[in-house]
Amino acid sequence: MEKLLELTSVSYSYHSLKGETLALSNINFTVHKGEFVAIVGPSGCGKTTLLSLLSGLLEPEHGSILLYGQKLFEKGNGTIGYMLQHDHLFEWRTIEENVLLGPEIQKRLTPRKREAVSDMLKTYGLYKFKDAKPSQLSGGMRQRAALIRTLALEPELLLLDEPFSALDYQTRLTVGDDIGSIIKKEKKTAVLVTHDLSEAVSLGERIIVLTKRPGTIQKIIPTVFPANLSPLERRNTPEFKDYFNQLWKEMSENE
Amino acid sequence: MSELSIAQKKYLIAQKKHKVTVRFGRLLIFVVFLLAWEGAASYKLIDSFIFSSPSRVGLCFVNMLLDKSLPGHIAATLFETVASFLLVIFFALSFTILLWFHKRLSETLEPYLVILNSLPKSALAPLLIVWLGTGYQTIIVTGMSVAIFGSVLSLYTSFASVDPEKIKLIYTLGGKKIHVMTKVILPSNIPALFSIMKVNIGLCLVGVIIGEFIAARKGLGYLIIYGSQVFKLDWVIMSIVLLCIMAMGLYGILGLAEKRYLKGL
Repeated sequence: MEKLLELTSVSYSYHSLKGETLALSNINFTVHKGEFVAIVGPSGCGKTTLLSLLSGLLEPEHGSILLYGQKLFEKGNGTIGYMLQHDHLFEWRTIEENVLLGPEIQKRLTPRKREAVSDMLKTYGLYKFKDAKPSQLSGGMRQRAALIRTLALEPELLLLDEPFSALDYQTRLTVGDDIGSIIKKEKKTAVLVTHDLSEAVSLGERIIVLTKRPGTIQKIIPTVFPANLSPLERRNTPEFKDYFNQLWKEMSENE
Repeated sequence: MSELSIAQKKYLIAQKKHKVTVRFGRLLIFVVFLLAWEGAASYKLIDSFIFSSPSRVGLCFVNMLLDKSLPGHIAATLFETVASFLLVIFFALSFTILLWFHKRLSETLEPYLVILNSLPKSALAPLLIVWLGTGYQTIIVTGMSVAIFGSVLSLYTSFASVDPEKIKLIYTLGGKKIHVMTKVILPSNIPALFSIMKVNIGLCLVGVIIGEFIAARKGLGYLIIYGSQVFKLDWVIMSIVLLCIMAMGLYGILGLAEKRYLKGL
């Protein structure tokens, strides 16, 4: 499989007048094209910092991040899509205007792009809400719209920063299933950050466990499930329980 | 539509009753005040030469309308207030945007803005007359001076309190600082801008009246100060009443615009 992303000895610190805080230390891993990688770790271990580094919003202090073998430095250059914890759909824009925000900013709002986004809205059941305001949509629909907004830029790599954490448990399961399936269908490479172990097991093909701050890689666990199972279906397999227990053990050692 | 339950009907009646009572109370205060004032003046409990009366104010209003002296005064005050209000919004918004783009500049200027905002602006009026003369420009600048510094401070605080995650979203979509301003900061601050405008319209009116007290030959402020000097207290009170109506009208227009904007959301 083609290597899409490669991190070598990546470290990052935050600076304040009170001193320096090492957030991440010596992170090494690769992500292959079409792969779904989940990252778990205790609160404050630097998961979001890692995503900010992967998106180019922050630059590593040490080490390198390569995208297709080239140094990643440009902020949000369109090759990387970032889905935040909350949908942050703008209330003053319709759903269509919200999902077209990226192309609009990047001055790539062509008729072809509009058509592609319309198709995505149709495929994922939001087309009839295209002129609605975000407040008229349910939590799950909003999250789907946020994903389409990210996909509208046709990114090579999708970064998901606990995108379901703001939803109630039931919606979270269905939206997780929904979004996992969309990412598979669109053949996207994704890196998911989550503190929910079951979410990591149900979505990830590899799970990276980070230690508490400063975050370093404690373990990388590859998952193998019967082919073509949706994230929700994975939860009903015996393998799911095994991986969950393995992760739980790793996290407990982390304490 | 389904039939309303008895409890719901009771609730709706209670709400309607509450609304009517409040409205009636407001009207009652106004009518009682007018009657008490008129009665006190008629029965010589107060000196109507000094305190005037509703009928004298009404008569004065009609007479000044008929001799065409009043519309000019109203128009002058209205023009100066609206002009200073629009200029305050334009300059405050432009300056706040500049400050937002240049954090170092905003931190450097912050104490000066706080001092200028706390300064009693009426103290500036005599200086402005010396610098700018006694034309309407002076009055407009006086009106602006009352509202502008507070507007910049409030707007800047409001700009700075925008959710950092929304700003991050713009960067993740490949945006630059200019996109953060045009796509997030400005649209999300429209409600704050309306609140500031509603405060400003009153402040500008205060500033304009201060200016007219000192530097005008026209306007309701001039009428108040001139009326008090020549003991035409009917003019003074009528002007105050007209100012109340003007303030209410301008505030109402902004309220309607805000309502319309919020309805579109």
